[in-house]
Amino acid sequence: MNLSQLTPGAHATVTRISELSSEDVVAHRLRDLGFVAGEPVSLVALGPFGSDPLLVQVGYTRFALRRSEAARVEVQPGKA
Amino acid sequence: MDSTHVSATPLSLALVGNPNCGKTALFNRLTGARQKVANYAGATVERKEGFFVLPSGRHVRVLDLPGAYSLSATSPDEAVTRDVCLGQHPDEQRPDLLLCVADATNLRLHLRFVLELRRLGRPMVLALNMADAAERRGIRIDAKALEQELGFPVIETIAVRKHGTAALLAALDGRLPGPAEPLPEGTDLHAETRRLLAAAVSMPSPTNPTDAAIDRWVLHPVLGLAILAAVMLVVFQSVYAWAGPFSDGIEAGVGALGEWISSTLPEGMLSSLLVDGVIAGVGGVLVFLPQILILFFFILLLEESGYLPRAAFLLDRFMVGAGLSGRAFIPMLSSFACAIPGIMATRSIPNPRDRFLTILVAPMMTCSARLPVYALLIGAFIPDRMVGGIFNLQGLTLFGLYMAGILGALVVAWVARLMGKRASDEQALMLEIPAWRLPNAKDVLLGLKERGMIFLRRAGTLILAISIVLWVLSTFPTPPEDWARPAIEYSFAGRIGHALAFFFEPIGFNWQICVALIPGLAAREVAVAGLASVYAIAGADEANTEQILATALHNEWTLATAFSLLAWYVFAPQCMATLAVVRRETSSWRATAIWAGLLTALAYGAAFLTYHLTAALT
Repeated sequence: MNLSQLTPGAHATVTRISELSSEDVVAHRLRDLGFVAGEPVSLVALGPFGSDPLLVQVGYTRFALRRSEAARVEVQPGKA
Repeated sequence: MDSTHVSATPLSLALVGNPNCGKTALFNRLTGARQKVANYAGATVERKEGFFVLPSGRHVRVLDLPGAYSLSATSPDEAVTRDVCLGQHPDEQRPDLLLCVADATNLRLHLRFVLELRRLGRPMVLALNMADAAERRGIRIDAKALEQELGFPVIETIAVRKHGTAALLAALDGRLPGPAEPLPEGTDLHAETRRLLAAAVSMPSPTNPTDAAIDRWVLHPVLGLAILAAVMLVVFQSVYAWAGPFSDGIEAGVGALGEWISSTLPEGMLSSLLVDGVIAGVGGVLVFLPQILILFFFILLLEESGYLPRAAFLLDRFMVGAGLSGRAFIPMLSSFACAIPGIMATRSIPNPRDRFLTILVAPMMTCSARLPVYALLIGAFIPDRMVGGIFNLQGLTLFGLYMAGILGALVVAWVARLMGKRASDEQALMLEIPAWRLPNAKDVLLGLKERGMIFLRRAGTLILAISIVLWVLSTFPTPPEDWARPAIEYSFAGRIGHALAFFFEPIGFNWQICVALIPGLAAREVAVAGLASVYAIAGADEANTEQILATALHNEWTLATAFSLLAWYVFAPQCMATLAVVRRETSSWRATAIWAGLLTALAYGAAFLTYHLTAALT
């Protein structure tokens, strides 16, 4: 399961970041922003058009991620 | 090094931290108004330097580096931060000390970057900013324990308060710390961050409950969009309502100055150069300063409060559909008042391609300088009657012109996206939605001053030069005594206009239009005065002149020519002030030339189609 498949209000824990290529800048940046294995995340809200982007809480910070970005974050649902 | 030598050399600091850590507020508090803002050579990245004096009398030079999430840079801004921290920037000395700034309420994210900087082994001090906000939320940070773990000084600061930096100043005044001890090779920075948080920080809740409550409304799919529409309505209403008296004042002042000079100086070339060239040219651009400042005031408020990224969140999908990013929304909207603040606001777009595309399409939004030209042509050619019982035909035409600009921008962005797709570079959003903040008056005013100065410096240099060139073109050579036609026809501008007529004939422009377009390069609305002088029309006052001019145009031009000129005005990069700002913001003549070329081609194409369609239908 990945972050883009959560429903608003759902909590989960990051298991890994999948890379689309060997030099996936987005995946690298997601890790720098705190999306690393073991980190609790939650889906806070969805954008008004096509439920995109997603508002995601990681650590003490909230980020707007596009669906394609959130899909790289593999998660284990449930509160840590 | 002896102590006298140390106090004689200014200490050089670099402020470094994540975006939204309150770094710029801290920079403002430390330096007051002693700041220098410039651009890095060949880049669009802003270089902010400031100066202050420590209690001991030691001088400090401080660089406010662009906010960064990581030293693995993903934008030109972050690359500058990385290069300066590594001591690899070609134009920048390696700073003596890295003053890291972290938001005390957002340490999970910010500490990781601090640890990444620690790897560089440079002397460091960590400022835990917004200590007051952390305390209010019940976050307890053991700064001493954190300092022990990190091995360099950790100081709490409150950048928005007057004495919030006293402890920091005291620490900088003492003996500076030695190089930070790098972590063992291969340390996982995330694991180390968690360990530090566990050792020194107690956080009752990961989010601020007040923020979450506000966001439930502001980011709501329906209510959120309604709030956004209301905010924008208030902003634009204020821009037009408040700027009016100031613009009128500037206009009256410029007019009075011109009259005073013409009555003081003997009639002749000098007087004409000053009045018709310099004062009319620069004054015509200065009139937009109140609008620009008021618009920037609101943009700064929205930025400082944290609303801007939320607006980008709401509109991102919609803007992506058009080939732009959510962050392009404010620049595009600002451009309805004037393209200059719009283009300057594209600084919040980190991706260079997205940014250039926004700069390209922003001037297609109908700015207020086009309105006098539209009003003249609509008044002259569109009958003032009702359609379908409720719509005024003139109003509908104006609406159509606004829509033409918007649709043109959407088409251009869409085409650019198709071309960008082929290059297969994915555009990332990954936008932080920061905590809500009460804007600080001093920070807003400093930001406003900075933006106002950029505009004035342009008006003072490039626009002044262009005004003089345009005056020379429309004044020389002076016609002989027995010249019966308008003097401008004899001038270079007249001759250039005649020569250009060949190029503009396929879109239905006569040579009079071509001549009027030349002074109109100073500012779009000056073309109205250009038409009046080329048709040798002078009424008792301005309103009277325009009325006679409208009648003359109605008799001289076909409907197809009028429509073609309107279409030209929707797209053409007519305004030299905008060109100057594009040059400044892109730092590249090549990009500026591409920008001007694309818009001119678009304007020519639109005018060509309009001319021939209208001619065929009438």
